[in-house]
Amino acid sequence: MTNAVSIKNLRKTYKTGVEALKGVDLEIAEGDFFALLGPNGAGKSTIISILTSLTTKSSGEVKIFGNSLDTDRDKTKTYIGVVPQEFNFNIFEKVIDIITVQAGYYGIPRAQAIKDAEPILKELGLWEKKDSPSQQLSGGMKRRLMIARALIHKPKLLILDEPTAGVDIEMRRGMWDFLRRMNAEGTTIILTTHYLEEAEELCRTVAIINKGEVKLHETMHKLLEANGKEKLENIYVDIIQDSNNKTI
Amino acid sequence: MSPAKIWISYYTMLRKEFVRMVRIWSQTLLPPVVTTGLYFIVFGSFIGSQLQAIHGFSYMQFIVPGLIMMSVITSSYMNTVSTFYFAKWQRNLDEVLVSPTPDWVVIAGYVSGGVMRGLLVGTLVLIVSLFFTHLIIYNIAVLLCAVVLTSVMFSLAGLVNGIFAKGFDGISIVPTFVLTPLTYLGGIFYSIDQFPPFWRAVSLFNPILYIVNAFRYGFLGFSDVSIATSFTLLIGITLVLAVTALVLFKRGTGFKN
Ligand SMILES: Nc1ncnc2c1ncn2[C@@H]1O[C@H](COP(=O)(O)OP(=O)(O)O)[C@@H](O)[C@H]1O
Ligand SMILES: [Mg+2]
Repeated sequence: MTNAVSIKNLRKTYKTGVEALKGVDLEIAEGDFFALLGPNGAGKSTIISILTSLTTKSSGEVKIFGNSLDTDRDKTKTYIGVVPQEFNFNIFEKVIDIITVQAGYYGIPRAQAIKDAEPILKELGLWEKKDSPSQQLSGGMKRRLMIARALIHKPKLLILDEPTAGVDIEMRRGMWDFLRRMNAEGTTIILTTHYLEEAEELCRTVAIINKGEVKLHETMHKLLEANGKEKLENIYVDIIQDSNNKTI
Repeated sequence: MSPAKIWISYYTMLRKEFVRMVRIWSQTLLPPVVTTGLYFIVFGSFIGSQLQAIHGFSYMQFIVPGLIMMSVITSSYMNTVSTFYFAKWQRNLDEVLVSPTPDWVVIAGYVSGGVMRGLLVGTLVLIVSLFFTHLIIYNIAVLLCAVVLTSVMFSLAGLVNGIFAKGFDGISIVPTFVLTPLTYLGGIFYSIDQFPPFWRAVSLFNPILYIVNAFRYGFLGFSDVSIATSFTLLIGITLVLAVTALVLFKRGTGFKN
């Protein structure tokens, strides 16, 4: 089986000279629920931005379901739905318009998109708000709007960059249930988060990156087992501190 | 993407822009109509009535094509430069960038939005002009080709400006310091035949002069410059801008890291 994501020796140096990725290798299996962890500035968003073609890589190879970013970029785009770290919708547009326009960019006609949007918006608790301008939504609703927008073309791979940042506990649990169901229905999910209990709760595989390098890549089960069922948070802190000490 | 999907994506961009334009019509459609209406009153009626005829046409009849063209140029340019820059600034440009819509379709979508606004405003200004003078059409084909090409050209120019712009001042510098002077000196209010030889020669370096004259030829049947030169220039500049926009998109200049 081809992996959902295959990253080989990925490097990215920004124009400012910052070396954000220093040779990242990652294989993410189809159907996985994958946690991409690391402190601020580790390079998580940079990886996601490269996967979604918003940032160009400096070197290395990236494949999405076997399709190379270099030769089959359009194909890779049809597979991915992305929820970025920062809000990036037009605040003057209505919820339903943001969703249907996004669908249109994937070649889905508006009438079809309105039909497809209904169950998604209902499930995410946004149906009542569908005719509101997006700026009138609460922070948690804005996040869920971005999730709805990412799902409208039924992607096989859903990438979420800190989707629960600033979301209250109850709503976060609702989001967890939703993502678990998506994953159970076959969607591969990649998630970044600073809430380690969230990763522990949801994800089957975990990668920890620091300063643009992968420090650990392991199944959650084995990782917790090998560390005597210690909490993920303690393991994480050890790995980050360890790698920081080595580079100092 | 299949042609059918490309069409849907293009139509999506167009529909979105049309809805926006109509929703905020008091910002997009009304101002140029009011401004040119004032030009018609002040220059056409008050001052123009005391001026001698140009090539046998009243001053009012002479300035109508130029004033329509001025509003088409400004509206097309401002539409793409502001919508593209705003999408970049607010990052909702990412919505189309993560989708499989090809670059040339994104460019076509933005440019068509500018053309739509330019032609709509141009039509409204033409209608306003009918309150001041009657309509003369000498050659409708020349007229339509000139106005469509012009709005395509300036929509593309606005897009290129929007791609390079790094701040909100970056979207007003070119319109204020390049576009407006060239337009005012572009033969809207006078025929360069009336000029001394030196200023006549200087004027010939202004591309807007050729555009305004081609359009005026479509209405009145005379031009200060050759129509063939006008269209060669229009098509040439449009092609150069289209290629520039494509290259900038491919590189992601100004919007990809
Ligand atoms: N557009 C950019 N230009 C320059 N440097 C950037 C840019 N985006 C991110 N960086 C830098 O790249 C590094 C990785 O950032 P990022 O991928 O956002 O990390 P994370 O998402 O893990 O917090 C950081 O040092 C950050 O400052
Ligand atoms: Mg980040």
